[in-house]
Amino acid sequence: MADAHNSPAAASRRIDEATNTETVGHEWDGIEELNTPLPRWWLWTFYATIVFAIGYCVAYPAWPMISGATEGVLGWSSRGQLQNELDAQQAARARTVAALADMPIEQLPDHPALMRAAIAGGSAAFKVNCVQCHGAGAAGSKGYPNLNDDDWLWGGDLKTIETTLIHGIRQPGDDATRQSMMPNFGADGLLTAEQIGQVADYVLTLSGKARASASSQQGAQVFADNCAVCHGAAGKGSRQFGAPNLSDAIWLDGGRREDVVAQLTRPHHGVMPAWGNRLDPVTIKMLAAYVHSLGGGEDFAETPAPPDTQPTEAE
Amino acid sequence: MNKPDQIKTQDRPASLYAKREPVFNRRIDGKFRRLKWAIMVICLAIYWGTPWLRWDRGPYAPDQAVLVDLAHRRFYMFGIEIWPHEFYFVAGLLIMAGIGLFLVTSAVGRAWCGYACPQTVWTDLFQHVDRFFDGDRNARFRLYKAPWGPAKIARRLAKWTVYLAISFATGGAWIFYFADAPTLQHAFWTGTADPVAYATVAVLTATTFVLGGFMREQVCVYMCPWPRIQTAMLDEKSLIVTYKDWRGEPRGSVKKAGKNPDRFGDCIDCNQCVAVCPTGIDIREGPQIGCITCALCIDACDRVMGETGRPRGLIDYATLEDAEREKAGQPPTRHLKLIWRPRTMLYFAVWGGIGLSLLFLLGTRVHTDLTVAKDRNPPYILLSDGSVRNAYTLRLRNMQGRPRKMEISIEGLPGAKIWSDDVGMAEAGTALTRIVPADETQSLRAYLVVPAGTPAQEFTFHLQALGEAREQDSAEAQFDAPGEQ
Ligand code: SF4
Ligand code: SF4
Repeated sequence: MADAHNSPAAASRRIDEATNTETVGHEWDGIEELNTPLPRWWLWTFYATIVFAIGYCVAYPAWPMISGATEGVLGWSSRGQLQNELDAQQAARARTVAALADMPIEQLPDHPALMRAAIAGGSAAFKVNCVQCHGAGAAGSKGYPNLNDDDWLWGGDLKTIETTLIHGIRQPGDDATRQSMMPNFGADGLLTAEQIGQVADYVLTLSGKARASASSQQGAQVFADNCAVCHGAAGKGSRQFGAPNLSDAIWLDGGRREDVVAQLTRPHHGVMPAWGNRLDPVTIKMLAAYVHSLGGGEDFAETPAPPDTQPTEAE
Repeated sequence: MNKPDQIKTQDRPASLYAKREPVFNRRIDGKFRRLKWAIMVICLAIYWGTPWLRWDRGPYAPDQAVLVDLAHRRFYMFGIEIWPHEFYFVAGLLIMAGIGLFLVTSAVGRAWCGYACPQTVWTDLFQHVDRFFDGDRNARFRLYKAPWGPAKIARRLAKWTVYLAISFATGGAWIFYFADAPTLQHAFWTGTADPVAYATVAVLTATTFVLGGFMREQVCVYMCPWPRIQTAMLDEKSLIVTYKDWRGEPRGSVKKAGKNPDRFGDCIDCNQCVAVCPTGIDIREGPQIGCITCALCIDACDRVMGETGRPRGLIDYATLEDAEREKAGQPPTRHLKLIWRPRTMLYFAVWGGIGLSLLFLLGTRVHTDLTVAKDRNPPYILLSDGSVRNAYTLRLRNMQGRPRKMEISIEGLPGAKIWSDDVGMAEAGTALTRIVPADETQSLRAYLVVPAGTPAQEFTFHLQALGEAREQDSAEAQFDAPGEQ
């Protein structure tokens, strides 16, 4: 066995008797490996993958370097691809956005396709900007108006909603913001606790939540003296002042007696950002369209003026 | 010197891998050969012709009689139109095809393999091309052995071109089942068809070319699962191609048999049965997986028997049971009797049962469907006058090739009024009418309002195609309302 191939491995190579096949020469714990070469097609496939891998490393970003990775001769990158896709999306939307920018919101209902696009865009913008207060379903909660219903503090047509969105509610520094202030009747001592109880009882009769009583009859006078200025003689509210309708079934700050008493004593004043400072006009238009579409949106022409408010010169 | 790398190959055991022996089968004529031609012509005619049949479905649906419209997820078959949710029709047909195969196999053996299987049909076709270019068995064998030279290369190229043309014509036609055939044909040749069409044609052409042109019986023997299944389906009462060894053995040439008539059987060992076999097997070795039951060996041997003046049927369709009976000298059972036995009847009953149920479903299916999804966020809206509103997304499905007027009404919710985003609350009524476009599912947001004080409850949306009594559907839904406060 001593010849040119006298390496240790070669020396231990032998023919396995059972299969009559050469072994590869190493042995572990009595187990030897037969030298059965891989099929040629397999090897060629393997070499092809190596060639492919080299080509791939040249063509595409592959090797991590100290800052970033090799760039690849094709100049492709996943970030670049994303950017291209975003640009393409933006380009695809550009026409709709431009059309929305030019379209006065009053005319939106005459363009159903644009309206649909606006509602879809508004739905997305709502999820980013508005759900924190108004909830994912726009149903609001105590102190935060439900946008699905037909009760509007400031008005529910597209234009009015847009104005509310642009200027916000009680935003300092915005001249056109929705401004109204219910006095601190209790905290500032404008009414006595007894009067507050009486007027609360009266208010609850307005919406049929309580029966008329001696107390509520007393309250009617207090109401006429202190509250009718904003809420109207019949308590139907005023959109001019954003004064809630007290005779309907919807209560912004709660409809139990305690809630009413609390609101009379130290009123809660909701605020909303002036989105005109933060969002572009198209997004605001889309938001207005979306809010309007939630089921309580009003028509421009048919906006019912509450019967006991004076006509206003604004809007 | 006993060098380790010098291992003599002849010392090793035979490899498990056997190189393919090419099959040069001889031309043969006979009744089974003619049957094969007939079936090939019929199958190809159906395959090629079907996409070109027209079926007028009006302006709203394609007018191709058989069309798998993947883009719009519709399957058209003459007057029938299947929607994706009715896929059970297709599943049912597939099950019927499977059981049908059981039925056919248990009755007449591997008839599918021998006559109708595309692999068999194409192998057969390509073997005829071989014969056309290279001549019959011996000439082809000589050419195969001959060294490569201009003449051989030219012949091979010509032959492969014809293979390719056949593959293209047969494989390529498949795409016409998936789009309007005339339009696609035009688009295909003008280079404007969808890349998927070209890719499909390329793949099917390539597979037909390789599988039918070169791999042939290897597909049947090594790749195809059917032979295994079909072989398992056979029993001693199934018709298969059988060599009647009790009659044929021992073999002897005509000369030998003439000298010694009592010693030899009917087989004259002429090898014609082997020569014509498209899978290159010797049926005289008994039933085997390589046999596709094409019956060409029957044609061959019958001719030999005729020429030597012996009764035909040395190789014949016979059941194993009959083989035993014949061996014992009894007459064979009639073929018809073989087909009607419990096993085949059971298969037939199951097969027919599925078929009848599919027909029943087809006859009673409605083309109107309604699904309802309730808005959960918020579950209800309290309106200023105290009434309560819920919102739903309705999907009205019109499964007919024409626009239809449908009415949505509410059952079991007293005082409810319905409107939708395009109707408006002012026109809210007890029902809503919509025109649903042909072959479409229309989504619609509907608002339902009930008077103050109505408790939460279940109710039903009812959809009725106007003027079509049977065409209706309903869906249960929940109405939510504020609880006690
Ligand atoms: S063709 Fe018939 S006779 Fe000839 S070898 Fe085959 S079985 Fe025998
Ligand atoms: S043995 Fe006969 S039936 Fe079977 S494949 Fe060959 S020729 Fe056809």
